Amino acid sequence: MAITEQIPGAEFIHKLPGGPVVLASTEKIFKWAKSSSLWPLTFGLACCAIEMIAAGASRFDIDRFGAGVFRASPRQCDVMIVAGTISVKMGECVKLLYEQMPEPKYVMALGNCAISGGIFYYDTYSVVKGTESLGIPVDVYIPGCPPRPENLFFGLMKLQEIVRKERHAAK
Amino acid sequence: MKMSNMHSEQLCVNMGPQHPSTHGVLYLDLRLDGEEVVDCITHIGYLHRSMEKIAENRTYTQFIPFTDRLDYVASMNNNLAYVLAVEKLLNLDVPERAKYIRVIVAELNRIASHLLAIGTFAQDLGAFATPLFYCFREREKVIEIFDEVCGNRLTYNYMRIGGVQFDLPEGIDRRIKDFIKYMRPKINDYEGLLTNNPIFLERTKNIGILSKETAINYSITGPNLRASGVQWDLRKDEPYLVYDKFEFAIPTGKNGDMWDRYRVRMDELSQSLKIIEQAIAGIPEAQATVKAGRMIKPAAGEVYFRAESPRGELGFYIVSDGSVNPYRLKIRAPSFSNLAVLRELVKGVKVADVVGILGSLDILMGEIDR
Amino acid sequence: MRQSKVFELIKLKFPQVSEEDLTKAVIVPQELLPAVANYLKGQDLSFDNLHCITAVDRLERIELVYIFYSFKNRQQAIVKVYLPIDAAEVESLTKFYRSADWFEREVYDLFGVKFLNHPNLARILNPQDWKGYPLRKNYTNPNLIRKP
Repeated sequence: MAITEQIPGAEFIHKLPGGPVVLASTEKIFKWAKSSSLWPLTFGLACCAIEMIAAGASRFDIDRFGAGVFRASPRQCDVMIVAGTISVKMGECVKLLYEQMPEPKYVMALGNCAISGGIFYYDTYSVVKGTESLGIPVDVYIPGCPPRPENLFFGLMKLQEIVRKERHAAK
Repeated sequence: MKMSNMHSEQLCVNMGPQHPSTHGVLYLDLRLDGEEVVDCITHIGYLHRSMEKIAENRTYTQFIPFTDRLDYVASMNNNLAYVLAVEKLLNLDVPERAKYIRVIVAELNRIASHLLAIGTFAQDLGAFATPLFYCFREREKVIEIFDEVCGNRLTYNYMRIGGVQFDLPEGIDRRIKDFIKYMRPKINDYEGLLTNNPIFLERTKNIGILSKETAINYSITGPNLRASGVQWDLRKDEPYLVYDKFEFAIPTGKNGDMWDRYRVRMDELSQSLKIIEQAIAGIPEAQATVKAGRMIKPAAGEVYFRAESPRGELGFYIVSDGSVNPYRLKIRAPSFSNLAVLRELVKGVKVADVVGILGSLDILMGEIDR
Repeated sequence: MRQSKVFELIKLKFPQVSEEDLTKAVIVPQELLPAVANYLKGQDLSFDNLHCITAVDRLERIELVYIFYSFKNRQQAIVKVYLPIDAAEVESLTKFYRSADWFEREVYDLFGVKFLNHPNLARILNPQDWKGYPLRKNYTNPNLIRKP
């Protein structure tokens, strides 16, 4: 059963003589459920946003990872995908959006601009040099300019890993 | 109290900068009287990346990747306009094959860009997800071709001063031909889904009318201008590359309403397919690039060149002082002017139509804010 | 009709204009700009489209570059205005061309050129409380790190 072992939560299934039984602590189940339904914020800043839409659209289908429910309001979201260059003018809004998100919240920095300013690091007066310089903690960095949708999925899987390994389920 | 004496207080609605249908980080300050829009103040600059300042500190070749990030949905066309401007400054002629390759990739990118425009426009009007997903399905086919041609999905960095980065890979003409064959019936699918759909017609006909005079006065270009009835396309009227060798029509609209803008883009899809077909048939076997060197030093001078990008006329005004860096580089972005007219268009319409009008203008914040 | 022909026609009406050697652009004294724009837009030349406005910082002066286009005659005209850098002020063209509104705001934001009688001369790309004019050659900002 190699395939089922890759499914998140496969470790809860125990094979007993009468048939498989799901056996786990509620906290584990909770974490598993949480990691499989991360709702991202619809928040495209620049080029990477197009790849984020492509990841959500027909070919790549982000719904396979349970993260396809893009919410337009930060109050309904679990994860903020910072997709693109943050300008000085936008910086305050990004901070505000992050503060509006309810706990537990996670941040993914998608693309080089969101990581460090990327191609716009030098010689520019109006670009914030990365999400962390705004004081927003980032959980997963996804490099690329722009990252391919596969990279975004890899980042998402890493985030799911982080969620599952958290010490307290209700962070 | 009579109805005419009743006044309601103006309502101020902040739309954006984070909003699902503003096509990027745009902030609209809407003033409403009930359902009607009284005024709309557009605030831009939330993606200002100071490209023009960067250009002054980069060599001419180093700036090509930055042009990708201007209009990130149509990177090839941005690359093209920039390298053509530099080539005009240098008086450099590129090989015939390179011209054909440029036409093919630029038109393919125009298709990809229009697909995104149509898909998001339908999404803005409330046709949730289906048209968008259809359009993205076809757009992925174009992107697959680009992936093979230059190794990236979105920012191609494919054009070079003096030609293109690599010649087309072997067997790509076959794939492009297959794509044309695949794409033609798909356009009919969209037509069936949207064009005569009563709800779609109700939402788009006679709304957001942009008259010919207003369009010219506001310096609107591209499909938005053509939808207002001006038969104007740089590919036809000031032909660059080898566009004068191909046969294609310039679709125009009559009323300049939302539906016409949609119609022009739909028609341009099939015209672009036609151009690609002719270019594939006529492409000569030859070298694709001339060596222009990495450190280009044009003589002191100024040049203005504009090309037809999917959103309108993209112009580059380059001032050279004889060194390796441009002294000043101005990007005349089509969406910048196209967005300026929004305030005029939304006055008096219902608030639900604002996103539709915005979607029909097909703006992109990357090139507005630069 | 070429750029030189446009120059000749403007020169006939306004003898003070001159031609730039290198680019063949028409140089208009700053006080004459509205009159020249009015003439360009009029019946004789019918430049109905103001395609672009930009500026170049030449250290001692700022060059304003206006690109006009005529759909009727299918031709382009480039008009330049030289402004002293410490008193960069010129009449706005918004009453002739609506497209001038945002273009002028952009030039004001990035170069600090004041357009007189503009309906709303506010910064457009940078935040309202921004200090300095970024595209001037002497602009400095702690955020601006030079490429090594």
